[in-house]
This record gives sequence, C-alpha cells and structure tokens, in this order.
Amino acid sequence: MVEFTLPQNSKITNGKNYPAAKGNGKVKSFAVYRWDPDKGENPRIDTYELDTESCGPMVLDALIKIKNETDPTLTFRRSCREGICGSCAMNIDGTNTLACTKSIGEIKGTVKVYPLPHMPVVKDLVPDLTHFYAQYAAIKPWLQSKTSPPPDQERLQSKQERSELDGLYECILCACCSTSCPSYWWNSDRYLGPATLLQAYRWIADSRDEATGERLDDLEDPFRLYRCHTILNCTKTCPKGLNPGKAIANIKKLLVARR
Amino acid sequence: MTNRPISPHLQIYRPQLTSVLSIVHRMTGVFICLGLPCLVYWVWTLTQDQEHYEQGRMVFGSILGRTLLLGWSFAFYYHLCNGVRHLIWDMGKGFDIEDVYRGGWLVVAASALMTVVTWVVAYSIRGQG
Repeated sequence: MVEFTLPQNSKITNGKNYPAAKGNGKVKSFAVYRWDPDKGENPRIDTYELDTESCGPMVLDALIKIKNETDPTLTFRRSCREGICGSCAMNIDGTNTLACTKSIGEIKGTVKVYPLPHMPVVKDLVPDLTHFYAQYAAIKPWLQSKTSPPPDQERLQSKQERSELDGLYECILCACCSTSCPSYWWNSDRYLGPATLLQAYRWIADSRDEATGERLDDLEDPFRLYRCHTILNCTKTCPKGLNPGKAIANIKKLLVARR
Repeated sequence: MTNRPISPHLQIYRPQLTSVLSIVHRMTGVFICLGLPCLVYWVWTLTQDQEHYEQGRMVFGSILGRTLLLGWSFAFYYHLCNGVRHLIWDMGKGFDIEDVYRGGWLVVAASALMTVVTWVVAYSIRGQG
C-alpha cells in the first residue's frame, strides 16, 4: 500500500550530540539514524562531530572511527571495505550507496546517514533483508539445463555470448537499487524490484541456461515485473554503475517479442 | 521483532530528475484527465445557441480559466514528450544515465517551448480577430 508518511513507531526524534574534542582540525558533522530494539523508544538522529583529518577518506571510515572512539553502540554492517561485498549499503546524503566507496569530501555540509529506505530496521543502520533475499531466491538464480553437458568438456560460451553477461554478473546484491525505487517501497510485497529483476535477466541472458521460457513465464505478472514504471532511481543510484532499468526493459522486450 | 520501525524513505530520499519527472508524468496524466470533462463542456457549448457559446467563452476567458488552460497545455505537451521518452525506453534504448538526464531535460525544455509557442500563436490570432 502507498503510505507517504511513516507509521507512529517509526517517526524520528532528535537524539544526542557528540561534539568534537577541542583543538581538532577539520570538523565534519555526521547525523546518523539510531534505533535500539532493546529500548521501547522511537528512532532518533544522533549527531557526531569528527575531525576528518585524523579519519580515513570514506564514510565507512568515519562510522568505524565513531564506533571505535566515541560510541561503541553504533551498529552497522561492513566487511570488505572495497565495494565488493555490499554489506555497508545505506542511505548517505540522500541517495543509496556503499559507505566504503562514498567519499566524505564530496558531501556538502552535514553527512546524513540512514539505513536503506523503507525497510524494517533490525538496529541502527542494519535493515532486515530477509524478504529481499527471499525474492532473489524466488527467481531461481542458478543455471538450469535440460540437456546434459558435453561428455568431455564444460558448457562453453563464445566471447559474444559471454559478453551478454557484462553489466549483469557484477551485481553484488547490496539492495541499493531496490530500496531507491518508490515502486518497490510501496509494492515490495509483490513487486520483485530492480536488483532481483536484474538477476533474473542475468540468467535469461545466459546462453547456457535452458529455462528461459519458464523464467519469462514466472515474470509475466502485473506486479512481479510490471510495477516497474521506469523511474530509473535504480540506475541512478547503483554503486557499481550497473543498469537495472535497462535489464528490466530487456525482459519486457523479450516478453513482447515471444507473443 | 514485531515492533521494528520502517526506515524513512520519501522523507529523506533526495529528489532527482529521474523520480521528479516520473511523478510529474503521473500528475500531468491525472490533470489532463480532469480537463477532459471541461473540454466536453466547451464542445457542448459550441453545439448550443449563442448564449451558451458566450458562456463558454466567459468561463475559459476568465483569469482562472486561462490559468487552467495554461496548465493543461503544459501538462499535455509534457505528457506527450515524456510519453515519447517512455516509448524509446520500451525499445530498450536510452538507458545510460547520461542519456536519461539528457532526455529528461530535453522533455522539460521541449514542453515548455511548445507551451510558449502555443500561447504566443493563440494570443496573436486573438489579436487579429
């Protein structure tokens, strides 16, 4: 259902202020979304002032510095710190991206950090991705074949066939695109969303996969696929520079072409 | 578990050309639909006598009427141009983010220009008559 406002328990209040220690160099403010499941309180915004000269260049460096030096209760996911695991996906400065590849220097004024939009919050910047992963599993993201492979070698692809997967296989499932999509915000119970649809197309486009027809059958649905209205917030926000909007358009084209 | 808050969305997501033009497309569509009964009313006045004709002229010639007509003309051109943009997307083309932005600004400029031209022409014809 379309709900423009937040439910009562999700309304955000003002939180604590953590000023920078005196005599520090370049101070930058970080306004961070906080919610503690163990207290019965509403989410709040805590503001941390930080000396960016003694901090790494990325937003993730700042979050780690806050956690290490100021507030150990701050909770967020992170792992690879180089944009390949997708753990630290969050809303920074109004758009979804990876904290580890988003430079503090390119953000004007206070750095606002929220969890990925319109998701149930587990704690602080950690969203519950259970439903997102279930949708991914629903498109059967593995190679399906009916014929047996050649007896003496793997299933081979030409260079051309392999190049069809460029721009698709790089997806790290960080959920930045899906949670940037207004249609996904309001229809995620039935709409698969850009990330899952890009993955669906990744298997449709694979020359070795032999379940293209079944895959298209599963997607031909007013909600699963066609809640995409080509808003393209997904393509705009993808931290890997991929194009979910185009992948979805390609699926729609295939559905028309097979009629 | 059950009391998990929903993270903020519309409240915090930065408005950008992609989403703004999309919602404007929908709003202009609704607005044009609202104009349809008004168009029918105007055509109806033409089929009646002089009294009704004058009444129709008065309604659409008023300040409010002209403001609405300005809105409808822009909404129509915007919806038309952006509709063409959607058709190009449906062909699977123009999805690079640079093209999305170029096309978006082009639609805004083209619909504004067409609106201006329409009104300049309309007023110059009116001046002659």
